[in-house]
Order: sequence, then C-alpha cells, then structure tokens
Amino acid sequence: MDLVIINLIDGLFYGLLLFMLSSGLTLIFSMMGVLNFAHASFYMLGAYFAYQISMYLGFWMGLLVAPLLVGVVGALVERYGLRRVHQYGHVPELIFTFGLALLIEEVVKFFWGNNLMAYQEPEILKFALFSIGNNAVPAYKVFMIFTSVAIFIGLLYILTRTRIGMIIQAALSYPRTVEALGHNVPLIFMGVFGVGTALAGVAGVLAGPVLGTFPGMAFVLGSIVFVTIVIGGLGSLWGALVASLLLGWLTTFAASSSFSFATILESFGMQRPESLSDSYLRDLWTLTLPQIGPILPYILMVLILVFRPHGLFGKRDV
Amino acid sequence: MTDASHKTATITRAPTLSLGQVLPWVISVIFLVAMPTIFQSNSAITIMNQMMITIVFALSYNMLLGQGGMLSFGHAVYMGVGGFFCMHLMNIVEANELPIPLPVLPIFGGLFGLGLATIVGSFSTRKAGTVFAMISLGIGELIAACSVIITAFFGGEEGMPGDRTYFLPFFGIEFLQQIEVYYLIAFWTVLSTLLMYLFSRTPVGRMANAVRDNPERAEFLGYSARWVRFFSFSAAGFFAGIAGALFAINYEILTETNLSTTQSGVILLIAFLGGVGFFFGPIIGAIAFTLLQSVLSLQSEIWQLYLGALFLATVMYFPGGLAGVLMMHVPAAKFGKLGTLIVPYIKTLVPAVIAIFGLAALMELSFHVRHASAGDDEMTLFWTTFNSHNALPWIIASVATVGGFWLARLSAPSLKEAWHRANTPKGRPA
Repeated sequence: MDLVIINLIDGLFYGLLLFMLSSGLTLIFSMMGVLNFAHASFYMLGAYFAYQISMYLGFWMGLLVAPLLVGVVGALVERYGLRRVHQYGHVPELIFTFGLALLIEEVVKFFWGNNLMAYQEPEILKFALFSIGNNAVPAYKVFMIFTSVAIFIGLLYILTRTRIGMIIQAALSYPRTVEALGHNVPLIFMGVFGVGTALAGVAGVLAGPVLGTFPGMAFVLGSIVFVTIVIGGLGSLWGALVASLLLGWLTTFAASSSFSFATILESFGMQRPESLSDSYLRDLWTLTLPQIGPILPYILMVLILVFRPHGLFGKRDV
Repeated sequence: MTDASHKTATITRAPTLSLGQVLPWVISVIFLVAMPTIFQSNSAITIMNQMMITIVFALSYNMLLGQGGMLSFGHAVYMGVGGFFCMHLMNIVEANELPIPLPVLPIFGGLFGLGLATIVGSFSTRKAGTVFAMISLGIGELIAACSVIITAFFGGEEGMPGDRTYFLPFFGIEFLQQIEVYYLIAFWTVLSTLLMYLFSRTPVGRMANAVRDNPERAEFLGYSARWVRFFSFSAAGFFAGIAGALFAINYEILTETNLSTTQSGVILLIAFLGGVGFFFGPIIGAIAFTLLQSVLSLQSEIWQLYLGALFLATVMYFPGGLAGVLMMHVPAAKFGKLGTLIVPYIKTLVPAVIAIFGLAALMELSFHVRHASAGDDEMTLFWTTFNSHNALPWIIASVATVGGFWLARLSAPSLKEAWHRANTPKGRPA
C-alpha cells in the first residue's frame, strides 16, 4: 500500500511535468496546425539557462528569468523561422521543427559540452517533507507539483476568463475574422508560441535538478510529449491533462511492478524450457513489465491512431 | 516546330528509348566500374560502399517523402529489420550449407522489408501528413525498443554478427576482399536505382504524385488514395530491406543503432539536403552527406552543429535542396546564357565561402577555448597549428568573416541582376 501511494505521487510528478510540455504543444498545434518537434528542446534550453543563471544569482532568479528567455527565443523562432517556412506547407514546417531540434541539441553541446551539469535544487527545499513507510518524499517534488498546478490554474483563468484569452481563442478558430476586427493576429500567434515555449522552459527549470541536465534530455522526453498530445487529442487542453496523468502513472507503475510474462505463459500451461539459450521464445520467458514500460506509451499511441484517430478528447483528426 | 507537333512526335516515339534517357545510366555504370581503379585505397572503397548503401536507402526514403508526400520518422526500421533478417539467413546458410550464394541475399532482405512494410502499411497509410508521421514515429520507437528486449532476433546490445565469406563461392569469388564486395554492392545499387526509377514511371508511381498533391481529386478520379500510398509504402520497404541487406554484407554486423530514430532522422536529412523534388536528388544528398561526414568528422568535433545549421538553412531558403538549386539553372542553360552567370557567381560566392570559413574558424576557436583541457592551448585548424589563446587567429578569423560578408553583400545585387538577365530569353528586353 505504501508503495502504491509513493507511485501515485511519482506518477503525478511525472504526469504534471508532461502536462507542462504538452499543454504548450497543444496550444501551438491548435494555432498553427503543426506539431512542434523542437518543443522538448525548449524544455532543455530552460534547464540550461536556469543552470547558468543559478550559478550567479541563485535558483529562484533562474526560475523567474530562464522561462522568459526561452519564451523570447521561441517567439524569435516563430517570427523569423516558422513564419517563413509556413508558405511551403505543413510537411516542410514539420521538417523545420525537426531540424531545429537537432540544431538546438548541437548548440547546447557547443556551449555546455556533453556532460551532466551540476544543476541542483535550492538548499531550502532539500529535505524530506514526509515519509510513507520507508520512502521519503522530497519537498522539492511537492513544490514542483504545486507550482505546476498553480501555473495551470492561472493559464486556464487567462484563457477562459480574460479579454486577452477570449481574443486568443477566437484567433485560434477564426484567424481571418479576428484580423478583420482589427486585432494583430500574427502578433497573437507569435505571443502564443512564445508562451507555449516559455511553459516548456518552466518545465525544464523545474525538472533539470531531478531528471538531470544533459544534452540528451530533450530527446528522452521529446517523443513522449508527442505521444501524450496524440493520445489526448490534438488541440484539447483537457485531453492533454488526462493523457499526461495517464502516461505518468502508467510508466511509473510499470517501472515498479515485478510482473513477469513467465506467469502468463505458465497460466497457458506452457512448460519453462530446460535451457533458455536454445529456445526461440527465451525472451518471452525472461520478459518483465518494467522492461516494456518505456514502450507502453508508443503501443497506446499506435492503437489510438488506428482505432480512434482524434484521440481521447480531440475533435479533429490528427 | 510548334509545341503541338512536338508533343505528338514524342508520343509516337514513346516506346523506344532515346539517347538522353539511356545516357545518364550508362555513364553512371561506367563511373561505378571505374571508381575503384582510380581510388584504390581500402578506406576510399569503404567510403564508396557506405555511399552506395546510403543511396539505395535515401532513394527508398524518397519514394515516401518526395514521390508520395509521406513524411516518415521511422524508415530506418525497414532497413534494419531487413538487415537483421539477412544476418540470420547468412548464419543459417552457413550452418546448414544451403545452396544460396551471397549475391542473391539482398532479395531476401528486401522481401522481409516488404513483409514488414505491408503489415505496418495496412494501417498507417490511411492518411498522409501528421497521422502518418506520428504512426511512423511510434512504430519506429517501438521496434527500436524491441531490439533490446527481443535478444533472440536482434542480439541485444552487442548486435548481430555474421560472416559473409563462408558461402559457396559465386563463380569463384569468395567475397574475402573489400573490392569484391564493392562490385556486389554496385550491382545492387544500379539495379535498385533502375527499378525505383521505373517504379516512379509506372501508373502507380504517377498516381503517388497525384495523391501527394491532391488526394481528394485523385479519389474523384476513381483511385483509392490509401491503396496508392500502400503500394508506395510497401515498395519503399522492399528497397529499404535491400539497403539493409547490403549493409549486413558490407559490415558483417548490425546493432540497435541501425534501427534507432536517429538513423531515421539522418535519412530524412540526407534526402532533404539532396532535394526531394527530383528523382536524382537523394543520390546527390547521399554522396554529399557521406563525403561531408567522412571529411568533416575527422577535422572538427562540432561537425554535427554545421550539419544542423546547413539542414535548417536548406529547409528555410532552398526547400528544393541541392537538386533544386541545380535545376534552377536549366532555363538559363536553355537560353544559352549560363556562361554570363560565371563571373557574378565567383564575385559573390568566393567572399561568401571565405566568410563561412571565417565563421567556422571563430566557432572552432571558441569551442577549443571553452572545452579543451586546461593547459592545452595548441590547436590545428586548416592545416596550421597555433595557440588558441593568442589574439592573432581570432583577428584573422573575424576579419575573414566580416570582410567576406561585406564583399558578398556588395556584389549580391549585381548577381541578382545577372540572374534576371540570364533567365530572360534572347531578343526580349530584360
């Protein structure tokens, strides 16, 4: 039981981290109709910027300034990169963001090298808040969970309750009409792209100390973020939330379970072969759930795309 | 001759081959046969083998992206699985002494790639665009992850080794030497390239273009867009499998990297750099990329940064790739004015190249200052060795960069003018 609660907390942590990335990605998708392959790269930039700032000004300034910087970089990318490629169509846009992801990784390697950065959580949060059984829950994780929840309530409030949010929502669905009403739609798009990437930056700042700050961190999370928004339904904020939490718990529980596929084989009445190395099914006998945990999201995504192409909550096809 | 009569003339002549159609193929074959006699060193032959395998793979990728409009992020899977299958076949043939000579192995690799592509294609080709891209990414990640789990087939982290030399000799050739492998790969490269070209000329190949440009309209004409995509996808899987088999024969080992999404990304990069709009684009891309890779990776630690920047610049400014840039000159050549472009090109491009080299030197310098171990101030760049903490190399590089860009900007308008004039037919005012 203790383990279940710990897994619930860990899964929530991972799920909310995913949500911070997938919410921005989903917003950007509903706006431009293109999946931003480089979204996780902005997450990585957030972590690296925060590390660099925290060396001089401490963690809290990093948390404040790094996402802003990332947002500015994102807005510039939209203004001078994506807007230019937009005229060639969707596939070149996708290829552009893919190339951007490659380039950002190389740029990060150029400035900071290949090693793991010594980016750490602030001293003030370095203690175990409470413990369940023998497992301590670090205060930093709880802080992260609350921060991300607060950001989302704020985002939801701005999007649904304020005038700016209304204009953004209108611009997402009917850009031409909104433009005719006298709003600067390209500026709104640039702003949304900036905010979306800044959110990814926040996720990076917060996750850097826990998951490690290294050049491969974007690659590790990148494709999972896509999987999340495809499962949740492209363009749906609620879908992104549900899918993020689902994937968070799915991967956490799979990683900590001790379930082995030999049990299934035995329940079918199959005999474990004497020497495993000669058997062609040897991998099935030694397979455990933690091993296939990392690929569960992909299986889920392919199934969703085949049987329910608009995802759990989406209204339109991918 | 008027346009109309010209058209009928070509139609009546269609079944016979014209010299212009055959000549590029003959030249390529002569070129491939002659290459090893010009470059005899083992390393050159290794690079050429690598190049030819990449050509087959890139062309097969372009059957999807360029001809069918399907952006795949998991094409390495078909090459890798075809290669792994071939490796197993090699080992089985060796153990049981079956009468299958080495040169026919790629067919089996191709058939296995085809089989996998038919299975995946049966559900992934329902739509093009983002759905297809996401499914290909998912399948790619899935199979790449499986390579570590299913060790019986993929050999786990050590990969799957094999031995090509235990086959029965093929007309006395045992494939012990690199040069014999070269001719084997060259044969299959020419054959697959020809087949892929012919595929693009068949009704299915032409319909693939139509479905890429306007699926709705193609459906109104009575073609199922899904089936057309499915055929292209399966054919691409077949040729990727052949490339995998050639890889297996050449390197005698396959590992999980052959299946990884990185590999799929690289082939996208190669095809796009070469130009996806023309059949020969990926060939240029494969040659250029392999050369760049083997030259730059020896010279620089940050060559992937240059590659990423080059790729992004191509997407933004030259979406037609290298082939597109080449084909831009066809109208000027038809007007017989290509010669007028040479001088303006030299005036603009030479300073631009100097500026790019200067910029690269600046980046190499800062990279060295930042990342070299303490006390290691010596660095070698452009065949000269110097101290990276001195001011002189920085000054030279900066002057080259700024001066080069300035000169290039200065002469850019005259190049634009010359370009405009070269693309205007004779006798008409520019």
